Amino acid sequence: MAKSSPNSERDHKDPPRPTINITDGTLIPLKDEGGLLSSWNISFFGAIALLIALPLFSPDPYLRILAFVPDGLFATFSVTLISICFSLVIGLFAGLGRISQRAWINRIATVYVEIIRGIPLLVQLFYIYYALGPLLKLQGPPAAILAMSICYGAYMAEIFRAGIQAIPKGQMEAALALGLSRGNALRKIIIPQTIRVILPPIGNEFIALLKDSSLVSILAVSDLLRRGREYASTSFRYFESYTVIALIYLVMTLFFSRLVAAMEERLRHRGNVH
Amino acid sequence: MATFIEIKKAVKTFGKLQALNGVDLSVQKGEVVLIIGPSGSGKSTLLRSINRLERLDSGSITIDGESVTDEGSDIRHIRQEVGMVFQSFNLFPHLKVVDNITLSPTTVLKKSKEEALENARRLLAKVGLSEKEHAWPDELSGGQQQRVAIARALAMNPKVMLFDEPTSALDPEMIKEVLDVMTDLAREGMTMLIVSHEMGFARAAADRIIFMDSGQIVEEAPPETFFTSPKEDRTRRFLEHIL
Ligand SMILES: Nc1ncnc2c1ncn2[C@@H]1O[C@H](COP(=O)(O)OP(=O)(O)O)[C@@H](O)[C@H]1O
Ligand SMILES: [Mg+2]
Repeated sequence: MAKSSPNSERDHKDPPRPTINITDGTLIPLKDEGGLLSSWNISFFGAIALLIALPLFSPDPYLRILAFVPDGLFATFSVTLISICFSLVIGLFAGLGRISQRAWINRIATVYVEIIRGIPLLVQLFYIYYALGPLLKLQGPPAAILAMSICYGAYMAEIFRAGIQAIPKGQMEAALALGLSRGNALRKIIIPQTIRVILPPIGNEFIALLKDSSLVSILAVSDLLRRGREYASTSFRYFESYTVIALIYLVMTLFFSRLVAAMEERLRHRGNVH
Repeated sequence: MATFIEIKKAVKTFGKLQALNGVDLSVQKGEVVLIIGPSGSGKSTLLRSINRLERLDSGSITIDGESVTDEGSDIRHIRQEVGMVFQSFNLFPHLKVVDNITLSPTTVLKKSKEEALENARRLLAKVGLSEKEHAWPDELSGGQQQRVAIARALAMNPKVMLFDEPTSALDPEMIKEVLDVMTDLAREGMTMLIVSHEMGFARAAADRIIFMDSGQIVEEAPPETFFTSPKEDRTRRFLEHIL
């Protein structure tokens, strides 16, 4: 492909297909580790088998636990989904801010990202709920959503920034040179490519947020983990309760990570996003 | 013959760097002008000013009487008539070859899908890539990508074609297929401004060679004169380098 030349210039090292890689990279199953005994299959179907077998063989307490905790799924998913939506909005603006030519916008966005990424999520949750509690007067769920959105907004910002920067400058120039308006160039050339680049990392953030949402159980939010705690503390079946909780989280995250991996694979194979 | 492109006293700076330092150039309709010069001499900047990918600090450019440099001018209309081919091809990787070519005619010129498609097929045949209609850009070799890029530019039916080092990123064995397409275009009477150091092509296809250095045009002459008896010292030294 593009070979360097003696009179090479600033903009010719465009990679043929931009990809970015922002992930802690744990869960996403790799394609080449396929087969029936892939680690994903073992974990996923193993967890499901246990979730079926345990209540079958010892209904007390497993069936009771299984009847009690899924109420928390609603809180877990609403906190996750609402926070993802807000964090995408925050992330889009902060990400655009990070590549803004205006120094002060750029500075604000960068400081936001630096601060948020430097403070553990648990501390941020405490801060918004307890430290700012008297000021904000927020209930558990809104406080949780606010904290998670602000926190993940900073990570989303980095994804948007990298996604936009991954599109070579020559793409916009070629579109403009063909007579396209800037708006059309963005809509038909830049955004479709950006989406294809950022969707997989956004999927990863979704999974990470789903897991981190268990932190909100300390803010009196009745999520999955909290329900497990409630059951455990009244029945004293700690081992059984937390085993079920762990298995449910495992099934969910493994399921979504397979989904993200499939999406990544499809996008890699050029299938047009639109 | 009438002057088609008129560049007057073009000046462009990047910070402290003077990329264009008062360039005057007129190009006739149907003329093929080849621009050479050392790296950083302002060749790309000059070309990119013609369709206003770069804005001049001062000076003026007109194409067919229409001003490029006036703030009020309809730059999108001008860009429709000026095709540009880049060193790095810049095909749209998320669109198939044929969609790369039809995008602008359907979006900008509002041509019907059928008409645009028919035209795209004609152009693909012209650049010798009929069988690649449904290929993705990254399935093509560099030479093939650049030929698609030429077809894409031609699909807008431009009056001028600008080429910025169209073969510099290519492996040697692919250079000829691209130059052949360009030679055909030149023969058909297309007005062309080409930044290139392919001297064989320059001799065969160019009407005039322009040598640039430090943001200025140092010397210009028809190919024969230019290569056999350059007037300026700087030109001679540069030619020793590349010939
Ligand atoms: N966008 C830019 N920002 C800063 N400097 C630039 C930019 N574009 C070009 N230049 C500088 O302007 C000078 C002329 O560049 P260019 O026109 O690309 O030269 P050439 O194409 O002859 O190699 C070079 O010194 C280059 O570094
Ligand atoms: Mg150049």
